[in-house]
This record gives sequence, C-alpha cells and structure tokens, in this order.
Amino acid sequence: MRINTELCDICGTCVSVCPVDAIRVEEFRVWIDAEKCIECGKCEQVCPARAISGGKK
Amino acid sequence: MIKDFYDVVVIGAGPAGSVSGRYAASKGASVLILERDREAGIPVRCAEGVSHNGIESFIEIDQKWIASKIDVAWLHAPGGEVATMHNNGTGYVLERRIFDTELCHLAVNAGAELLMKANATGLEFDGKKITGVKYRYQGKDKVVKCSIVIGADGVESRVGRWAGINTALALNDLDTCVQYTVSGYKQDGDACHFYFGKDVAPGGYVWIFPKSKGVANIGIGISGDKAAGKGPKEYLDEFMAREFPDLQVNYIVYGGVPTAWGLKKYIDNNIMLVGDAARQVNPITGGGIVQAMIAARYAGNVAADAVGKSDFSSSFLMRYHKEWYAKLGSAQKTMYAMKEKFMCMDDSRFDKLVNICQNIPEGEFSLKRLFSEAMKGDPKLIADIAKAFVVSKIKLK
Repeated sequence: MRINTELCDICGTCVSVCPVDAIRVEEFRVWIDAEKCIECGKCEQVCPARAISGGKK
Repeated sequence: MIKDFYDVVVIGAGPAGSVSGRYAASKGASVLILERDREAGIPVRCAEGVSHNGIESFIEIDQKWIASKIDVAWLHAPGGEVATMHNNGTGYVLERRIFDTELCHLAVNAGAELLMKANATGLEFDGKKITGVKYRYQGKDKVVKCSIVIGADGVESRVGRWAGINTALALNDLDTCVQYTVSGYKQDGDACHFYFGKDVAPGGYVWIFPKSKGVANIGIGISGDKAAGKGPKEYLDEFMAREFPDLQVNYIVYGGVPTAWGLKKYIDNNIMLVGDAARQVNPITGGGIVQAMIAARYAGNVAADAVGKSDFSSSFLMRYHKEWYAKLGSAQKTMYAMKEKFMCMDDSRFDKLVNICQNIPEGEFSLKRLFSEAMKGDPKLIADIAKAFVVSKIKLK
C-alpha cells in the first residue's frame, strides 16, 4: 500500500479498520509497515482523502 | 519535570483523556496525560454539536467555547420533504479548540500533568504485565512506568491492540467523513440540518451545524462499506453544488467516526479504553463527546480507586466496564440494531419516517412518540424498528 503524503490529512481513519495493526500515525505523517501489511485494501476504501492506493482488488 | 512513574498514564488529551485524567487526579492518583499533537483539540475533526444536558455536569458552561445555540433540527428526506424536530433542551455548537483546551486546564487544576507532542509508540511489559508506556518525545524514545494505562487515543487508537484487545472496525462500523467550514452561510443560525438518502450520503447523512454569523460546519459521513467507488468528498461536493454553490470553504478536514456498538471488553489487567478508542460513540448519530466524558468519569474514578487498593486487575477495573454498560453500553446495542435497520432502508422508507415526524407536534418529539405515530401510519415500519429492539435484547443475554 502507498500513501500519497500530499493528499493525506493524517486523520487516522485508515488505522481504525486495519486488521493487522500495520499503520501508525505521527503528528505530521502516517506510515504503513510493509512487513505487517496484508494489502487487504480496507484502508484504501475508507480513506476520506483518497490518499491510499495499492490494495488487492 | 516528567517523573519516571505515575499511577495512571492517559494516552490522548481529547475529552476522553482529559476527563479521565481529571477524575483520577482529583481522587488522589498521580496522572500523566500524553498528547501526540501540539495542542489538544487541533486539528478539529468534529461537527462540534453537543447537548447542554450532556455536558453540563462536566464543565461550567462558558460562552468562550460556545459558537452557537441550536434550538431545532431539520430532517431532510430524500424526496425533499422536511420535518422539524425540537430538541429536549438546548444544543450547542462548540469551538472544540477552546473546549478541549479548557478540559485540559480542568485536568491540570485537579493535579494531572500534561505532556504535549509526546507520541505513544507502545506499551512496556514485564512478562505479560503492562508496566508502562513507550513514547517518542523530541526525537528520543522514552518510557514512563505506571500502574494503569488509559487509552483515549481516538478513532485511530492502537493502545487496545497493544494490550491484545481487538479494536479493529468492520467497514460497515465506520463512517468515512469530510467536513467543510464555510463562510457566507445565510440560513437560520439556530437550526441544524440533516440530509438523508442513498444518493446524498449512503449509509450516513450530511449535516449542517451553524457556528458564528455566516459560518457553518457542513459535513458528510458515509458508511465505509459503501465507499469503494465514490468517496465522501465527491458526495459532499455534489451536495454543495446542488444546495450551496456560492459558499466559500475556509477549513476542510477529513476523519472517521466509529459506528460500532462498543467493545466486548473495555478493560484488561492494568488497562482501560475510553471514548472513540473504545468505540463509545452513538452508532446512529455518530456523536461521541458526551459518551466519552461519561465513560471517562467512570474510568477515572475506578482508576483512582484501583490505586487506593493497589489492585489493577481486570476484575477490579471491570467496575468501569459494568458502570458504562449500565449507563449507556446496553442502550448502544439497541441503537446499533436500529442503525443496521436504517442501513438497509431504501429512500422511500426514509421519506415515510420524515412524514411521520412531521405529524408529531412541536415539543412532543421523543422516540416513544415516533413509534406510536409510526404505528398509526405504517405498521410495517414500526414492525421493522420493533424487530431491531427485540434483536438487541436477545443479543444482550
């Protein structure tokens, strides 16, 4: 999964649906841990800023 | 000066965190509240509506954090019909930035310490026992030891997960939201508006909360499971183009709102979860400030009592879980069952509901009244809603 940091509002909505706790939020940036991520695409679907891409369709 | 040990470390300085910190500190516990951002309440990710009755026992009402007073809610059906609903008591639109800061002051006045720009990164364990919180502060990794961790870290909570409590939301238990704060709003300043319909906001609604003169929060939440194609911003932009093409947006914010009924457990040994982190949000309205503060008062009191007894076991902290459940937790299940009904209702059913609301005289609006009116007008509708109640009762056992 990729986060477009120009679109990301750092709202953390993605974290709430991540089934494997692969996402962490800092004050100015959101990170996805590629090793934990299972590419389920839930974060991409709920991201209100449409900043995430790359999930399995 | 931050000490090495506190009885209670609270993660998050929103209403859930500052109120739990305040009650724990006022009963004698030493409390540290960690806040990731530079200021509590910023950025504002909230429609900012609350009821006077909901907040009055937590904070002395002060005009400095009240943007406006709301006396009436307009419900806009998909077909265009409108019903007005008068609140039971006054509603407020808050200035969350000032409100949250004021709640922090109250916590600090009660004896809690507050550390800003301190990002919790994990829990410290001794074997399986939680003994502290790891956090990042000014470019360094730090640890603070404690007896109890209170996770009040919002919709994006990870504290529960670190402790083995699964807080991940299903897609249909999350609303994905966008809000514009606009200038040039010309409608009545004492009325909020809600718009429903599958083409307006699938599985959610559009809200308008007027703030100061000409300024309003206009936002949308749509159900996460309905957001695969069109997202909330596209729906909101369509709404704005249709209803308010001339308004200027001066603040835009994104966010998520949990619409689950809650959690199977809100506590474990040495840990408690509160507020959005514990999914203590009204699943129909998405309102969570009052719920968070109610839960936080229970949690803070129980945490302080646990310190007094030196008993931080889940069986002791369970009192918080039970008090929350008795006050609102079981009502949440009923609301959730109703939400599930609403989610599968088509637009004509919403039109019917608004029609029924129109027939209820001013000042007599209540859920009970809604049901009795619905019973007269549309037995099938009331049967649907009744089923939702029965289902929730069965689930409770």
